[in-house]
Amino acid sequence: MTKLKTPITQRDHVQGAEDAPLTLLEYGDFECPHCGRAHPIVKALQERFGEQLRFVYRHFPLAQIHPHAQSAAETSEFAGAHKRFWEMHDLLFENQDQLGLPLYQELAETLGLPAEQLIDALETGKFTPKVQSDFSSGVRSRVNGTPTFFINGVRYDGPVDVISMAEALAFELENAA
Amino acid sequence: MAILGRGIEAPDFNLHVTPDQTLSLSELRGRPVVLAFYPADWSPVCGDQMALYNEILPEFQNHQAEIIGISVDGAWCHAAYARQNKLHFPLLSDFEPKGEVARKYGAYRQKEGVCERALFVIDEEGKIFWSYCSPIAVNPGADGILEALEELSAKKGKRDDQVKDADNAA
Repeated sequence: MTKLKTPITQRDHVQGAEDAPLTLLEYGDFECPHCGRAHPIVKALQERFGEQLRFVYRHFPLAQIHPHAQSAAETSEFAGAHKRFWEMHDLLFENQDQLGLPLYQELAETLGLPAEQLIDALETGKFTPKVQSDFSSGVRSRVNGTPTFFINGVRYDGPVDVISMAEALAFELENAA
Repeated sequence: MAILGRGIEAPDFNLHVTPDQTLSLSELRGRPVVLAFYPADWSPVCGDQMALYNEILPEFQNHQAEIIGISVDGAWCHAAYARQNKLHFPLLSDFEPKGEVARKYGAYRQKEGVCERALFVIDEEGKIFWSYCSPIAVNPGADGILEALEELSAKKGKRDDQVKDADNAA
C-alpha cells in the first residue's frame, strides 16, 4: 500500500470541504493525454459524490517528453495567485492540444487576468519553485507517471474510469465512516 | 535467482554506452552509482520508468550520484530510444554475451531473455548499499533510490565532519 507522504496544506489547490469524508488527490500533467482523458472522469466523480468528495490537484509535469507541461503548470499557478486556479486548470485540459504562449494569453484574457503579467511570470520563473515542489512531493509518494491518484492518502492503482473509481470511492466511504 | 544484496562488492563491467564508446563501473568509483536494470527499450512501463528518472536527474545530482540504465538492447537501439525520449543519462547494452552483467547481479530472466526490473545503489567504494527487484510489469519508481542516496549522503556528511574534527584537533 503506497501512501501519500506530503500532507494536504494551504499551499494546495483544493475543491470541496476540508471535512469531506473522501479526498481524491491527482498528480497530473496538462500535456499528458492520459490526464486529459482523466479530466472529465474527475468531473463525473465530483458530480456523483457531491459534498462528500474533496478534490486536490498537484503538478507532476514530465517536462522532457512534454515540452509545454511546465509552462502550462506555471500558467495555472499564475491564475491560482489570482484565485482562478480551477478555471485555468479546466481550460488547459480542455485545450490540451494547443498548449503554448498564444493559448495561455488567450485564456488569461478570457478569465480577465493581466496577460502581460503572466508572460512576465513565465519568463522569470516566478511559479517554477511551486511546480517543482509538487513534483518532488510526488516522487517521494511513489508517483511514477501521470495521472496518479490518491484516495484518502492511499495510492489508487486501479483503472482510471468512472465506474472503477466510483467503486473505490464508495468502498472507502463505507469503510472510513 | 535472487538479486545481489547489501554489502556485496558490485561486480565490475565494461559495456557499450554508444556504438563506439564503453563505460566501466570502476570508472565511477568515488561517487554513488544507481544501476537500473530494465527489460527493454520501448516497452511502455519502462518508458515511464526511464522518463521518470530523466525528470529527477537533478535530485540524483544533488547526491553526486550517477544513474545508468541497463538492458539487453543493442547500442543503436538505445541511441534511438534515448533520442526519442530525450534521455540525459547513459543506457548500457548488456548485449554480447547477452545478459552477462545482469546474470552477475542476479537480475536476468532466463526464460524471457531480458533483465529483471532491478535497482542497485552502489556506494563510493563500489559496494552495494541498497537493491530492489520489482515485479516486471510494475514501475518501481524512484523513492527507494532517493531514500538510499539520502542515507548515503548523511553517512558521508558524518564522516566528513569527523575528518574535519580530526584536522581541527591536529
